[in-house]
Amino acid sequence: MSLLVASNLSLAFGGVHAVEDVSFAVETGEIFSIIGPNGAGKTTLFNLISRIYDVDSGRIEFDGRDISRVPTHQIAELGIARTFQNTELFEQETVLRNLLIGQHVHRRTSLIEELLFLPRVRRQELDFRKDVEDVIDLLDLQHYRHQVIANLPYGVRKMVEVARALCMRPRLLLLDEPSSGLNPEETDDLAFQIEDINEELGITIIMVEHDMNLVSMTSNRVMALADGRLLAVGDPKAVQSHPDVLKAYLGD
Amino acid sequence: MRFVRKTHYYQDIQLFRHGGQVFWYALLGIVITGAPLVLSDFYLGELSLVFIYAIAGIGLMLLTGYTGLVSLGHAAFLAIGAYSHAWFLSQGWPFLLSLPCAMLLSALVGGVIAVPALRMTGIYLAVATLAFAIIVEQVLIHWESVTGGFRGMMVELPHVAGLELETPVYFYYFCLLILVLSLLVAINLLRSPTGRAMTAIRDSEISAESMGIHLAYTKSLAFAISAGFTGLAGGLLAHKIGYLAPDSFTLLTSIQLLLMVVVGGLGSLHGVIYGAIFIGLLPQGIAILRDYLPGIIARIPGLEPGIFGLILVLVLIYEPLGIHGRWLKIRSYFELFPLYRRATHKRQRSYLRTERLR
Repeated sequence: MSLLVASNLSLAFGGVHAVEDVSFAVETGEIFSIIGPNGAGKTTLFNLISRIYDVDSGRIEFDGRDISRVPTHQIAELGIARTFQNTELFEQETVLRNLLIGQHVHRRTSLIEELLFLPRVRRQELDFRKDVEDVIDLLDLQHYRHQVIANLPYGVRKMVEVARALCMRPRLLLLDEPSSGLNPEETDDLAFQIEDINEELGITIIMVEHDMNLVSMTSNRVMALADGRLLAVGDPKAVQSHPDVLKAYLGD
Repeated sequence: MRFVRKTHYYQDIQLFRHGGQVFWYALLGIVITGAPLVLSDFYLGELSLVFIYAIAGIGLMLLTGYTGLVSLGHAAFLAIGAYSHAWFLSQGWPFLLSLPCAMLLSALVGGVIAVPALRMTGIYLAVATLAFAIIVEQVLIHWESVTGGFRGMMVELPHVAGLELETPVYFYYFCLLILVLSLLVAINLLRSPTGRAMTAIRDSEISAESMGIHLAYTKSLAFAISAGFTGLAGGLLAHKIGYLAPDSFTLLTSIQLLLMVVVGGLGSLHGVIYGAIFIGLLPQGIAILRDYLPGIIARIPGLEPGIFGLILVLVLIYEPLGIHGRWLKIRSYFELFPLYRRATHKRQRSYLRTERLR
């Protein structure tokens, strides 16, 4: 069954057609990669799915429901989590608090209860913490738990961002260039972690990625974009050798 | 250096993290509660004023230090709290009903003001709140039937269950009680989801939104809570000054409140207390110091604002994290001794930030 169906998506910034008539479907449980040269519209596509931009035309369905007009903050409640290309963490906070903010969608307490810190709030905090610790264990972040983000190296920040998204317990995870800025060893670790997330937690993943090695190691299917248009969809090998894709990367 | 052995997650959210904290806060509590035994009425009055400033500062700190929204108009909420409390009292309401009502009214106005201010950040928001403060000031002047205009307004003496709260000692304890309760509520807020949502908005709005945080709602809420605390402080301030006039709540008051949280240290409740002590006691301290200075220096007019300004500028240049930040550094010097290096607290170059999707 398709978890996410995008049909005829278009978005233009003035005269620039960032995304033009793109349609695709992501199946439940798969790892779906989006590749393409710079300016192909990959991140714009992510911003459309996470409702940071409004679509000009077209439809996005998540789990059978049209989400192309849902308010941005409700996307998280539906079960879509994302990371950002250059990391958008809460810089002045510790890793732990960043991850706890990831749990925000699961809060069940009212403001009054929180102001008085009633036992219900305390129990909820402990539950949150337990879930956060599970994610910390999964992604090996134990050492950084109480460190402030501003003091962390870039590679760790990237992992913290993935961890924060996982704390939302999403059904669909959007990873925007997870390997950018990572060294080869870290990228290898990342490949295993992405597979773990997909298999152990059963989360469907859409990933924008430039590292072809990582893409072919992890992805079930790949979609290639160039200049806002869809070039090819299919298994990693076939897409990489598709003539249009080669042309987009290498020129005529 | 202290290592806390943690065996339960609750240790990370409880009020006191280790025995040392319990000891020092208990000592502080004893000193503060025992102060009326040794201090004269004048000093008790000054300390009450510090407590009142601190309550207002908690409000502004939640808004500016934790939600990242700068307000240059908090004197308006102070005024709304003070005037509405005084007016409710003049209508014969009991003190214990009037004060919460003044607080709620102030919070309500804060929440409403937030709605048009939501789309603004940084300097624009500061200017908008400044405009709001000026509007409120004009309302105070012209709505004579309620506020008395320039003539001002008497504040009735506070009586709670037969207790004459206007005596300095009782007033001191009452302000202390309200301050402790306010701090407790603020701490509770900050260790629960709504408080975290506020700090999330401060650090990255786009990220907060994709975490499922409703920006408009959370910002209005921050405004309302902040205005509520400041209104509460206003109600107490009304009794402290005894006679309300529009010139008690001017732009200068707003700036003083903002300076208080900046000098104390943005983003910490400790900073509020330090800032309140700074703002509340420094002018008096300088005035007392004058008596002991040689005549030529002591006779300089405007010595108080001069020293005041000088300290502010020095803090902003050398310690942007405020008094609390400086204290943390001093503490870590002793904790790490002899391993402390001067570069320990050099701020790291910040990594690339994405273009803001605004």
